Amino acid sequence: MHAPRNMVSIWFFIGVLLLSYGVLITASGLYELASPPAHPVVMADLHTPIWWGLLLLAIGGFYSLRFSPYKRK
Amino acid sequence: MIVGLPPLALLLQTRLLTLAPVDLAIIVLYFVAVLGIGLYLRRFTKTGEDFFLAGREMTAWVAGLSFLAANLGSLELMGWAAAAYQYGILATHWYWIGAIPAMLFLGIVMMPFYYISKTHSVPGYLKLRFGEPSRVLSAVTFGFMTVLMSGINMYSMALVMKVVLGWDINVSIWISSITVAVYVVLGGLLSAIFNEVLQFVLIWLGAILISILGLIEVGGWSGMVARIKTNFPGADYTHLWSTLGHFSDNPMGIHWTGIVLGLGWVISFGYWTTDFLVVQRVLAAKDLRSAKMAPIIGASFKMLVPFIVILPGLLGLALLPEHLVGEGQAVASGGHSYNEVLPLMMARYCGAGLLGLGITALIAGFMSGMAGNVSAFATVWTYDIYRALIRKQATDAHYVSVGRWCTIVGVLVSIGTAYLVMQFLSIMDYVQALFSFFIAPLFGTVVLGMLWKRATSAGGFWGLLAGTVSSIGMWAWVKLDPSALRIIALSPDAKDMAENMYRALWSWIICVTVTVAVSYATKPKSDLELAGLVYGATELPSEGDLPIYKRPIFWAGVITVVFIILNIIFW
Repeated sequence: MHAPRNMVSIWFFIGVLLLSYGVLITASGLYELASPPAHPVVMADLHTPIWWGLLLLAIGGFYSLRFSPYKRK
Repeated sequence: MIVGLPPLALLLQTRLLTLAPVDLAIIVLYFVAVLGIGLYLRRFTKTGEDFFLAGREMTAWVAGLSFLAANLGSLELMGWAAAAYQYGILATHWYWIGAIPAMLFLGIVMMPFYYISKTHSVPGYLKLRFGEPSRVLSAVTFGFMTVLMSGINMYSMALVMKVVLGWDINVSIWISSITVAVYVVLGGLLSAIFNEVLQFVLIWLGAILISILGLIEVGGWSGMVARIKTNFPGADYTHLWSTLGHFSDNPMGIHWTGIVLGLGWVISFGYWTTDFLVVQRVLAAKDLRSAKMAPIIGASFKMLVPFIVILPGLLGLALLPEHLVGEGQAVASGGHSYNEVLPLMMARYCGAGLLGLGITALIAGFMSGMAGNVSAFATVWTYDIYRALIRKQATDAHYVSVGRWCTIVGVLVSIGTAYLVMQFLSIMDYVQALFSFFIAPLFGTVVLGMLWKRATSAGGFWGLLAGTVSSIGMWAWVKLDPSALRIIALSPDAKDMAENMYRALWSWIICVTVTVAVSYATKPKSDLELAGLVYGATELPSEGDLPIYKRPIFWAGVITVVFIILNIIFW
């Protein structure tokens, strides 16, 4: 977004949070892959946490870099 | 617009979901992020313009997403998913005809007057157009009802967290409301808007997975329709318009005239164009073109919201092994009610990690709604009540300080309301009805004020008062004598929602009629006095120099075409 008065863009904050979520959810999915839970959710064979976590990582990474306050300086 | 979650059955259930450590980490990170943003933005919030209107520096995208997020509360998510399970795709009307035309009308027709008049609020516009009495009437009712609604939402959310996760109600109420209070007090509307954009993203990323996985499991849209027909033979849950020919042909007990005139015209236009909770976000736009584009951007996303709200309810009809029932039956049988459809679908697909994201989406929805309420309350109280009636001449810093205190008071009153509702559950129904009393007449007053030069100050005030009083009168009439429903809602088969639609329509007609009659009997203002406030007395900036793809009217046209196509597809 337009960053008034040298404000860090909101998209940077969103990027960092999504990046963190991506790491946590992908790691959680990989752990489930290695050690499947006793009561898996429906369609667990799709391994949704892995690909959804990777998607969050990609979006978060893009926004973190694209709107990084350090890049601007 | 808010749909209620009757809580009695919920209280009797055991918790539906259990969080893993990774889920808790995701939720904690969310709280750290919103508080961090509030803390960071404090340094940018010095003047009244910063605190109450985010410095009027927001881009169209940020204002548009925030405009929508302020409305997309957690009750919206839970309540409309439940409504979709109960009424089928008819619930989508609240997102399409009940929102899109009004949002486009706000952007194209009304926004220029709000923006050019440089008002801080909707009551502020009424002051400029109709004078102090109209402003005070709308400011007091808005301020009062906003914090009450905020409290009701807070209680409902805490109750959901108790049932879904087993969290203590008191802890949920205090932690979530203190968090909202801290970040709004620190950064005002700027902080509320930034966090709403963040919350908007989280709501989508947390909620859309249920629809994606549900459609994969059921074999796409056609597979879902086939399963619903098998599970509920004889009922039609997947058509928007074809069952609206008669009140008794659809589960909502409504006729198409109620949907088009009551919802699509009066209630929708009243909410989206005059409720300051949402309009405030657009007033924060950096220029007129951004202010016009913001509701159009909001409308484009609003059209997609059924995919994260209505679709899970429909998928619940197709996929859940048990048939969900109404609250009373759920209490008696120990089964699950409609209101639990979203958490049940979440439990179906979301394991560790994704569950944390889904719950964060619900918490984010609650916070964005509450922050919207308290920031709008603080602005209206400070500018339209405190400055207008109590202390007219004070420094800007003083009003910012009052705004910060109002935010705290607003949150405390909301918490008080939440505890009051906990003791007296029927209050929830009364307050939700009360809120609807003011929306339809206010729309009549504002739209006449903007589009009809002849409307006078006395006409505006008496029209608003007559519309509000008549709405309350009709509600009380049906309460005291239920047979009056056939007069108010045109049919004894009409259900609560249909009654609301028609009551809104009559109160709007009464408001407009009284405004017109009184205006013709009183002296109008001159064109000079109405400059910047009314169509025909205001020079609107031309957009002729902009390429067509940058013009708001072009994008409003695109959204209109998509809106029509969607309604035909799901007819």
